[in-house]
Amino acid sequence: MSDFTDRRSVLGLLARSPAELLAERFAALNETPPFTWLRRPETGMVMLRARIGGDGAQFNLGEMTLTRCALRLSGGAVGVGAVRGRSVRQAEVIALCDALLQQAETAPRVQKEVIAPLASAEQARHTLRAAEVAASRVDFFTLVRGED
Amino acid sequence: MYVAVKGGERAIAQSHELLSQARRGDPSVPELSIAQIRSQMRLAVARVMSEGSLYDEELAALAIKQAAGDLIEAIFLLRAYRTTLPRLADSLPLDTARMRIERRISAAFKDLPGGQVLGPTYDYTQRLLDFSLLEEGAPAAPTQMPNAAPISAPRVSDVLSQQGLLEQSRQSAAASPPADLTRDPILFPAERATRLQNLARGDEGFLLAMGYSTQRGYSTTHPFAGEIRFGAVPVEVFIDELGFAIEVGEVELTECQLINDFEGSATQAPHFTRGYGLAFGHAERKAMAMALCDRALRAAELGESTEQPANNEEFVLSHSDNVEASGFVQHLKLPHYVDFQTNLELLRRLRAEWETAHAARVQPAGHDPAGGAASPDTAALHPGYAEEIAE
Repeated sequence: MSDFTDRRSVLGLLARSPAELLAERFAALNETPPFTWLRRPETGMVMLRARIGGDGAQFNLGEMTLTRCALRLSGGAVGVGAVRGRSVRQAEVIALCDALLQQAETAPRVQKEVIAPLASAEQARHTLRAAEVAASRVDFFTLVRGED
Repeated sequence: MYVAVKGGERAIAQSHELLSQARRGDPSVPELSIAQIRSQMRLAVARVMSEGSLYDEELAALAIKQAAGDLIEAIFLLRAYRTTLPRLADSLPLDTARMRIERRISAAFKDLPGGQVLGPTYDYTQRLLDFSLLEEGAPAAPTQMPNAAPISAPRVSDVLSQQGLLEQSRQSAAASPPADLTRDPILFPAERATRLQNLARGDEGFLLAMGYSTQRGYSTTHPFAGEIRFGAVPVEVFIDELGFAIEVGEVELTECQLINDFEGSATQAPHFTRGYGLAFGHAERKAMAMALCDRALRAAELGESTEQPANNEEFVLSHSDNVEASGFVQHLKLPHYVDFQTNLELLRRLRAEWETAHAARVQPAGHDPAGGAASPDTAALHPGYAEEIAE
């Protein structure tokens, strides 16, 4: 699971993972470090931009709920959480994982206990769904009419 | 004119209680859970999110439960809720080419790069009621194709436009953000980006009817379904604290690319043009209707006739919103007593004047009753007819 080493892809994985699974892995980590809020959790909306024709000029498609926060551990590491939906707890857990990954002493355990299991769970979800969807792959063919 | 009325507080409170009771239905039947609506009414959830203009499955499911399944009421509830939330950011433009595809078809190309997958669709069902669903039971698990990788594929339109046969999408001028009709009222003529925002939150039934009218001949285009795809697309948002954008989750989208004929002009060789539809969740009818309307509203830009209803952007865009439409239609239920009283008094005065004039016309002094153009019987039965003849 070495794909999830840079901060950007790790935060993406944390945000895409089911909230219950994230909570379960974070509980298994058994880390409750003291922290101060840099940005208290807030729920609001993101306007989803799309492109005309998929690749053209931008337009506003509609909004989506988002919850975000930022915090600092007592050691100084800063963590950011931003996740679709309205779960304050989910954003907080993501920010805590992000911050713990910035500390050399806690990063390996978070990688092992949280990131690696979330990554393999995501891969398993995608593989299963791909197998189901791919079974409906279709090859249409046109019939030759008996005219010639 | 609507004049405020007072009173009725107790009756209204009782009405709310009756409403809650009616929503709940028979208490001996288990109550619906939000999770059930969310997972088993996913197409209703998709519609409420699209037209409510807020992607949040849980809130959409809640709105459907609260509205007792009235989707337009649920859409209204979601629209009202979104006004209570702050706007935190704009996403980076969604890239539908990155979609993890659950379904993808083309009615124009049978061999498209990445292939076609049918996914979950009602298209090939026979629309026979399935009486086995009267009982609870789990469906058979779908067959799996071993060693399949998640499907992502370039949009068909990208492939075709690279060959010059399909119009190229125009890019936005400079860095100006697209107009946002949740912030600024729509002005005519509207930019295509504004029209698409309006259509994206527009009523599916209305867009379906307008799109259908173009197919039946009230417009001049013949579309092909170049590509319809449904699946999950990542959402990226720029985070100030980090100084870069991250994925904050995924949304399910349905995208429709319609391909239409275009005869060309003095400056442009003949090529295909495009209509575009994009909707939250799995919503193919909505995305297709949106694409038909988008293309029809481009008639003026493409030098086509603009005389049909679907080409009239003021008509289409001003009547597409079911929250506005429902509000204006249903406000007729509110007390209009003063208004009506005014009209009633005016009508009484007009009738009194009319009756006086009528009496004078029917029996003028020294006139032979049988000598008019209309017989007395006809005049008695149809006073309006008699008046027309007399004039």
